[in-house]
Amino acid sequence: MSATRRDFLKSGALAGAGLVIAFHAPGTAPATGLAAKDTLAPNSYLRVAPDGTVTVMIARSELGQGTSTALAMLVAEELEADWGKVRIEQANPGPAYGDMSTGGSNSIRSLWKPMRKAGAQARELLVGAAAVRWKVDRAGCRAASGEVVHAASGRRLGYGALAAAAAKLPVPADPALKDRKQHHIIGTTPARFDAPAKVDGSARFGADVRVPGMLYASVAQCPVFGGKAASFDPAAALQVPGVVRVERVGDGLAVLARSTWAAFRGREALRVTWDEGPLATLDSAGIRAKFAELAQQPGQTTRKEGRGAAALAGAARTLEAVYEVPYLAHTPMEPMNCTAHARPRACEVWVPTQSGSGAHQAAARAAGLESGAVTVHMTLIGGGFGARHRQDCVVQAVLLSKAAGVPVQVIWTREDDVQHDLYRPATYNLLRAGFDATGAPIVWTHRIVAPGIATQMGFLKEGEPDWSSFDGAANLPYAIPNIEVELITHDPGIPLGWWRSVASSQNAYVTECFLDEVAAAAGRDPYELRRELLRDKPRHRAVLELAAQQAGWGTALPAGQARGIAVHESFGSFVAQVAEVEVAGDGAVRVKRVVCAVDCGTMVHPDLVRSQMEGGIIYGLSAALKSEITIERGRVVQGNFGDYPMLTLDECPTIEVHLAPSGDPVGGIGEPGLPPIAPAVANAVAKATGKPVRRLPIGAG
Amino acid sequence: MPAIRLIVNGRTHALDVDPGTPLLWVLRETIGLTGTKYGCGAGLCGACTVLLDGEPARSCQISALQVEDVSITTIEGLSPDRSHPLQTAWLAEQVPQCGYCQSGQIMTAAALLAKNPAPTDADIDRALSANLCRCGTYPRIRRAIHLAAKGGTR
Repeated sequence: MSATRRDFLKSGALAGAGLVIAFHAPGTAPATGLAAKDTLAPNSYLRVAPDGTVTVMIARSELGQGTSTALAMLVAEELEADWGKVRIEQANPGPAYGDMSTGGSNSIRSLWKPMRKAGAQARELLVGAAAVRWKVDRAGCRAASGEVVHAASGRRLGYGALAAAAAKLPVPADPALKDRKQHHIIGTTPARFDAPAKVDGSARFGADVRVPGMLYASVAQCPVFGGKAASFDPAAALQVPGVVRVERVGDGLAVLARSTWAAFRGREALRVTWDEGPLATLDSAGIRAKFAELAQQPGQTTRKEGRGAAALAGAARTLEAVYEVPYLAHTPMEPMNCTAHARPRACEVWVPTQSGSGAHQAAARAAGLESGAVTVHMTLIGGGFGARHRQDCVVQAVLLSKAAGVPVQVIWTREDDVQHDLYRPATYNLLRAGFDATGAPIVWTHRIVAPGIATQMGFLKEGEPDWSSFDGAANLPYAIPNIEVELITHDPGIPLGWWRSVASSQNAYVTECFLDEVAAAAGRDPYELRRELLRDKPRHRAVLELAAQQAGWGTALPAGQARGIAVHESFGSFVAQVAEVEVAGDGAVRVKRVVCAVDCGTMVHPDLVRSQMEGGIIYGLSAALKSEITIERGRVVQGNFGDYPMLTLDECPTIEVHLAPSGDPVGGIGEPGLPPIAPAVANAVAKATGKPVRRLPIGAG
Repeated sequence: MPAIRLIVNGRTHALDVDPGTPLLWVLRETIGLTGTKYGCGAGLCGACTVLLDGEPARSCQISALQVEDVSITTIEGLSPDRSHPLQTAWLAEQVPQCGYCQSGQIMTAAALLAKNPAPTDADIDRALSANLCRCGTYPRIRRAIHLAAKGGTR
């Protein structure tokens, strides 16, 4: 990624990084290069064809979150399009679109204005063209449902009939946007564009790309992080029927074959001696012990209210706890893959990526070509969750295609995916609370020891504390007079990446579970204490109250069952969840029901919000209940879904989502559903068992 | 290589493939039916589920040789026009997110409905619990199967 994730998390600054509409003079080709004759293409986000079809260019990745449908709605709203004539087309990375990174729950937020403006430009042009055609004042014309209507005379013309004339008019720089009260597409629930192809097998994912003459490649990488191939013997691999060649690529070795199966078998037969490098003695127990040792020293303060930690000395009573979370892999269902065809003067790439622009840059570098000579096709994507910002598979495919002189598809095995992911960091958290003589909490301190994602990626300025470790902890919303949040960044060397909701994925768990411990110590109901401490946080409080009411907080449950509650703000949205769990005699936890309340400000597509809440909850439940990456001898112990399991359908609770948009600016939805679920479940388990859950996954001890 | 005869979606294919090749790769790379997906290669995720004489099976765990003369149905053969009640129900409930696991989910559900036209939640749990979905479409899968059992449309 060229822009840092911080940029788009914090400021939506992506617009400044290139999401400016590529204006062009009337009559010249638009940036997309696809303007057929008589087509209106006033900017790089849409075109209106003579048959009235509106094609919206999607400059983000469709990961299943539905962003392609929602982005089209933004254009259609301002264009006053007939929704039935709206189509979508995946944009290829290029100068017209700038940074196409799809992460930070930021697609709608970053394109909220540009896409609506793009639609409004086209609308104004079409209205203008109709006014000229009819020789009437344009003020008497209005756009509605794919037509321009002249009210006084009753005349009307479809957009298709006006497109050619509209294309000859100057594009308005700053067209008026509609007031939200006039929205009639935003806030509705049209069917997803991507769904039909996903129920009949016709959807083309990255791994489904077929290019004539292509070879398939499987890449053996050193099982120890940072290691490399010292020597190898390709003879046995080359004897496997279908294997064509063996190539060094990066620090690993690739087997190229006429089928994926032959490539996999060739790789098994390949004899490699690995130079395991300096991490060969690393293990999870050692990492935890080092974290615990470091937590004894003060860290860098990332937030201080009142007297901070110094106020503990004046507390009538204190409470201390340590919370730990493990490294996590993403395991999207589609393993990493990329298909490339590198030729001497051009390179074509097909890749399921969360960053088309990053793939474009990586491919150009690997091919040794100017970016203009490289075309990247963004395919459908079998799950992202943060895993697909990396570009190493693109580099492998381009290098191997160059070496072999034919198109090459690199596909990782599931084991490659689990053992060579960029992981959610493991963290260690020392928390202390202090109470006054009446039992009210007056001090909260949180010392985080964590490897930093942004640190590892080189995104920080000298001395800047790593926000990818403290986000979701430093912004604790509770009205406690003395707060101090400290960070100690320590990196054992495991490669790190963005994992759905990033630091909020662990910090919501840590803070919301410790808040329940504070409530218990104060003899308070955890919901009531939250309400009180959120007195200055109306959006947190509103979703908290809604979730509690809908869940029947405080009503009786059968023996062995309990409720837990949690609330968290992330990516501009506020989510509260209540989990009902049953703990069996042997300690087995079953989550029976989850009630979720979400305020994402302004809602574009309510059903997509629901589906992302459902998805975030289920992804988070896998992490809360099952997932843990452990390290032994510098390598990941887990390898496939047998030892890195995820929640299954029979384990999936009833999920009730309550939408409570406040009307504030549009918030993210891809990630905010995840953070509250682990603490809601852990708090319920603690209530049922009388024992706090201070380490994930629940049951890890 | 010896020719292998596979009957896929009612069509017979004579193929020159290594007979030990898993059916998954023959479908995807030799025949070109890419709707059946590779997810784990170990029979753990269900993304590669196809029907063999109507029974759901993991195509990554079965060699092409083992299924000669067996009627193989893939997602592409479920209906010619997305008209199978599961497909219409899947769209009515807007089930898919990323979509990668959905072929396997639908084929497993198809086998369930063929045997049990009115499955209970417990029946669905039993039949679908080994088909993983990382996006979390399980609640909608459940609803869509119930809807399909009632004809597939609302």
